[in-house]
Amino acid sequence: MCTTCGCGDTSIVPVDVHEKILAGNDRVAAHNRAHFAGAGVLALNLMGSPGAGKTALLEATARAAKGRWRLGAVSGDLATDNDARRLEAAGIPSRAITTGQGCHLDAELVHNALHGVPWQATDVFFIENVGNLVCPAIYDLGQAANVVALSVTEGEDKPLKYPVMFKAADLVVLTKCDLVPHLDVKVETILDNLKRVMPAPRVIQVSARTGAGIDEWVAWLASRREKLPRTAGPGHAHDHTHVHPHEHTHAHPHRHADGTVHGHSHGHSHAHDHLHAPGAEDEHGHGEADHAHGTDGGHEHEHEP
Amino acid sequence: MHEYSLVQSLVTRVEAEAAARKATAVHRVVVSIGELAGVDPELFQTAYDTFRAGTLCEHTVMELRRVPARWSCPRCGRGIPRGEVLACDACQIPARLAPGGDEMLLETIEMEVP
Repeated sequence: MCTTCGCGDTSIVPVDVHEKILAGNDRVAAHNRAHFAGAGVLALNLMGSPGAGKTALLEATARAAKGRWRLGAVSGDLATDNDARRLEAAGIPSRAITTGQGCHLDAELVHNALHGVPWQATDVFFIENVGNLVCPAIYDLGQAANVVALSVTEGEDKPLKYPVMFKAADLVVLTKCDLVPHLDVKVETILDNLKRVMPAPRVIQVSARTGAGIDEWVAWLASRREKLPRTAGPGHAHDHTHVHPHEHTHAHPHRHADGTVHGHSHGHSHAHDHLHAPGAEDEHGHGEADHAHGTDGGHEHEHEP
Repeated sequence: MHEYSLVQSLVTRVEAEAAARKATAVHRVVVSIGELAGVDPELFQTAYDTFRAGTLCEHTVMELRRVPARWSCPRCGRGIPRGEVLACDACQIPARLAPGGDEMLLETIEMEVP
């Protein structure tokens, strides 16, 4: 109402919002991040140009981390699931996120895709973004760190052309370094350009083909795993339905008839129908103490630190 | 072309705010876009002009404020000239970006309320 005379006319008011336009995406990303942290999973958002070598880097990672870490991935692609199939073949349980015309992944797409992969039973989980050096940089997905793959074949000035992407990177993996002798490219110039767009650049030079530098990359992953919070994520009741029906399709070596709290002592090293793998490994952020379930199959649980 | 999805987020947010305050019209929105926000202001404006048709923002003017990327040393305050290495030579520490330089914010909505 008009405040001057109360005549009933409307009035124009300025409403200060001062909120990120992507606040909605950021809320879903925070939810994803809490889940990853709660399960003790190192989640990485892997970005880079089409053809930068993102998938090949993950294939090399699978070879190097074999027997050490359980890996998993979701892979964003405009039209195909080729990358996810390559990762599966390399031993990384994967799911494609086909984005259609979408040029990037957002937190909601990742959240939905997580329902289809046993991400809790992984140590390192890769979110392989759509090949693109522009849009993916501005969407938080809930990752612990951003990794940008930049190949030496892309030209020395790529960082200067796409400053937003490189500024967002916690690590740049310089790929295809075995090709340097065949190219008119100076690695020093690439590194110098990175310093002009990243205040604290961290770069690892690798070749997925020869395996050079992969040990350094694996060491970086290990250091990031050590930085993961050791406690469960923030206590929150689950209001979504993706984990709770507890259907074991594999032979189950233990029985529970009394409905008491119990832990699974066997290691789950394979994908199975339920996403929640309680006590799959002791590195899980929540142990069986948080996790009471009765004999009726369904159960409720809350994460408490 | 993520500008379209950003406009969608913007319009949805404005509509929610307008509904909460029972606004009869929205006259103006003010949006700030940092130089390193990853959004092209012209493309964003074009996307807005295209997407707002049929929404509550159909007749809403969008004012875009551009925020330049300003880097400086967090210790001594020295500004880093454009294009230079993003670190302070004297203090030997990484430079810091001034607030807003990498953000995209919905600042203000001017609406008509009963």
